[in-house]
Amino acid sequence: MKDKIFRFLLFLAAVLILLLTAGIVYALVSRSTEAFGEYGIWSFIVNPEWDPRPATEEYGAMSFILGTLYTAFFALFLCIPFSFSVALFNGEYFKGMKISSAVRSVVDLLAGIPSIVYGLWGFYTIRPLIIDLGINAQGFGIFLSSVVLAIMIIPYASSLSTEFLSMVPNNLKEGAYSLGATRIEVIRHISIPSSLPGIVASYILALGRALGETMAVTMLIGNTDRIPQGLRDTGNTMASVIANQFGEADGFKLSSLIAIGLLLFVITAIINMIAKLIMKRVSRL
Amino acid sequence: MKRSGIASIKARKGKDRLVYWFVCLFSFLAMIPLFVILYNVISKGYKNFNLNLFTKGTPSSMDALMAKMNGEPIPGGILNGITGSLLIVGMAILFSVPIGLSVGVYLSENRKHKFARIISFLADLLQGMPSIVIGIIAYAWVVKPLGGYSALAGSIALTIMMLPMIIRSTEETLKMLPQSYKEAGLALGSSYTNVVFKILIPSGFGGIFTGILLAISRVLGETAPLMLTALGASVVNWNIMEPSSAIPLLIWDFYNDPNLVEMVWSSSLLLLIVIFLLNGIAKIVARKWKV
Amino acid sequence: MEGITNQNGMEPVLRFIDVSVSYTPGVYAVKNVSTAIYPNTITAVMGPSGCGKSTLLRAINRMHDLYANIKTTGQIILKGKDVLKTDPMEVRRMAGMVFQQPNPFPTMSIYDNVLAGYKLNGIKLNKEEKDEIVEDSLRNVALWNEVKDAMNKRGSFLSGGQQQRLCIARALALKPEVLLMDEPTSALDPISTNRIEELLLELRKQYSMLIVTHNMSQAARISDNSMFMYLGELVEHNNTKQMFTKPRNRRTEEYLTGVFG
Repeated sequence: MKDKIFRFLLFLAAVLILLLTAGIVYALVSRSTEAFGEYGIWSFIVNPEWDPRPATEEYGAMSFILGTLYTAFFALFLCIPFSFSVALFNGEYFKGMKISSAVRSVVDLLAGIPSIVYGLWGFYTIRPLIIDLGINAQGFGIFLSSVVLAIMIIPYASSLSTEFLSMVPNNLKEGAYSLGATRIEVIRHISIPSSLPGIVASYILALGRALGETMAVTMLIGNTDRIPQGLRDTGNTMASVIANQFGEADGFKLSSLIAIGLLLFVITAIINMIAKLIMKRVSRL
Repeated sequence: MKRSGIASIKARKGKDRLVYWFVCLFSFLAMIPLFVILYNVISKGYKNFNLNLFTKGTPSSMDALMAKMNGEPIPGGILNGITGSLLIVGMAILFSVPIGLSVGVYLSENRKHKFARIISFLADLLQGMPSIVIGIIAYAWVVKPLGGYSALAGSIALTIMMLPMIIRSTEETLKMLPQSYKEAGLALGSSYTNVVFKILIPSGFGGIFTGILLAISRVLGETAPLMLTALGASVVNWNIMEPSSAIPLLIWDFYNDPNLVEMVWSSSLLLLIVIFLLNGIAKIVARKWKV
Repeated sequence: MEGITNQNGMEPVLRFIDVSVSYTPGVYAVKNVSTAIYPNTITAVMGPSGCGKSTLLRAINRMHDLYANIKTTGQIILKGKDVLKTDPMEVRRMAGMVFQQPNPFPTMSIYDNVLAGYKLNGIKLNKEEKDEIVEDSLRNVALWNEVKDAMNKRGSFLSGGQQQRLCIARALALKPEVLLMDEPTSALDPISTNRIEELLLELRKQYSMLIVTHNMSQAARISDNSMFMYLGELVEHNNTKQMFTKPRNRRTEEYLTGVFG
């Protein structure tokens, strides 16, 4: 009897997760309907106008969708040489050695730093560098955000890739060495091809992180509600526009912000699912 | 053709070395931000890192300005943020640990079950959800219906963030335990409930506890969802139905107030110390109670 | 240590002079081994687990260089060159290796697996050269007829025995001076084992081979000479027939009669 109740409680907890997710989707969808109903889902998505002035009030998500994609992809691009080096360092060159666990600890700590502290650091330390480099006058913008985002996602991209690289069977590598290959040739022709799906999945997950990152970007991107004209320009991401304008919003604006939240949720969910699917296939092989 | 390969051995080795040094250099460069951030936070934060920080609430902008003009230290601390973080995160722990553990046990016990697979998928979905979106959810669920910002709303947001992390770590840890543990317990005539509480969870304690600690340290620094839910308060608040501050929220406030901006560093320093401490404990626990 | 004298007046293809290998300083997995291997012979290396037979084999193509703490001393002369003083990449191309577990590269086709040595070494070949090497190597291991219509399939789709023959073909494609085999049939079924053994006897016309084996009857079936190692030392190296009928050393006899193993 006691066992039955206990098992039922466990089941109930699982059902709660189902309800939670359903509730999340319901909350987002129901509170987006006002905006979607007014503008139409598709027109809302592709409209780059974001004009809260009462007389000409009009809201669209395109500026922020593009701002999000620019920052996230540029951050991903910037992070690759570093995160991939760390992955090779830990998963190949110094696999299992003391120095590698030291590097891992440092990377773990980087992952633990809160977004807002990254934002402060970006504002006070990196922004002056961006100004000195002449990238833009104020320092704020896509470029600054992407640099800081790139550092923030290094731990995510590298730690998973490390795992996949270190799973490459030793006998494959020895087979390649026995044919006279150098280390980099083994890495290029054996280790990377065998772990490629996993590595790609790690970078997709890192991209998902970058897409949803809020505080640091809010503090660094410049917060302008239009399509950024290139990497030096200021802009807003989907997450940063919500963080910035949610507090004082109501009516259509509030509903439009929640609709942007829904879109962000859908985009990150798709990205994460792709990565998980790839990883599931890898682990089955 | 073989000759040409041998002739290029030097070039190939050169390339091999070059990549090796590239990897070392870029790995090293990837480490630098941590030390620069730590240096910045410590060197700018230690001045205001004093007893006041823990015993006094946020000063008003005016008081801070006066103190600054008189060349005195800023008269105040972040007590309201510390208590707020304790309240909000504490409640989130209270909500998320029992549910997360139960779901984790459920998933590890019903691996092949279709329903369990769906739940597992949903946990992944929740884990990847941006924190700002979670803020919106808690706003829609709690702030709107209750008619105002509250510590409760903040803790609901953090609960949604912690749940998938606790579920995953519990599930993974329990899956690693040998099946024979459970069978041995049941064979001794123990009830299923007892097997879970007296054998499975204690055996996997290291992994489960580590997961909880990491989840706590992750949400301690969360700012965005709290902006939409707990809002912030300039005084100490223990009422869960009232708006409340938290350390990261105060950092955000200070950042936006030129008179208080110096306090971002001491607050960040405290936040980092707590987070790294939790990470360190998690690492030690993981090593000590390895499955 | 008993040496082996040459049968047909040929120079040895491989000579060990006082070879020792240590994993930790002062602890030797292989101790002062000196002997010679002659062309077109199959030499079986036997001994109980942990006697150093694989370690000795892997010293020849410098596989120990891959692990920081392993030290090899002495001289290993392969075709007149001291292996330990030659570039390991060059050595490894002169000595083909076949591993216990068949390890075709899973990301490459059968065709590319045979050519892996060229690809890995960055040697550019034109299409005709490639086709020729692939066909020759696969014919050499009697795999050509079985896979010639499946060249673009992945090597991992083959059966265990076929995979191992593919790995032998991969090693032979680089035209090595000597073929080193580390228990190449221990992961295979008896029928596949039999086919590999036939193949090795065939290959003996062109190559010299060292084969580490646990299986005494395998040694008896295919090897010309046998080395018996015990606790890192080379106890006896002799003509296989002689060693199996009249071992010179008591420990060899004990091992062969199953007193230990």
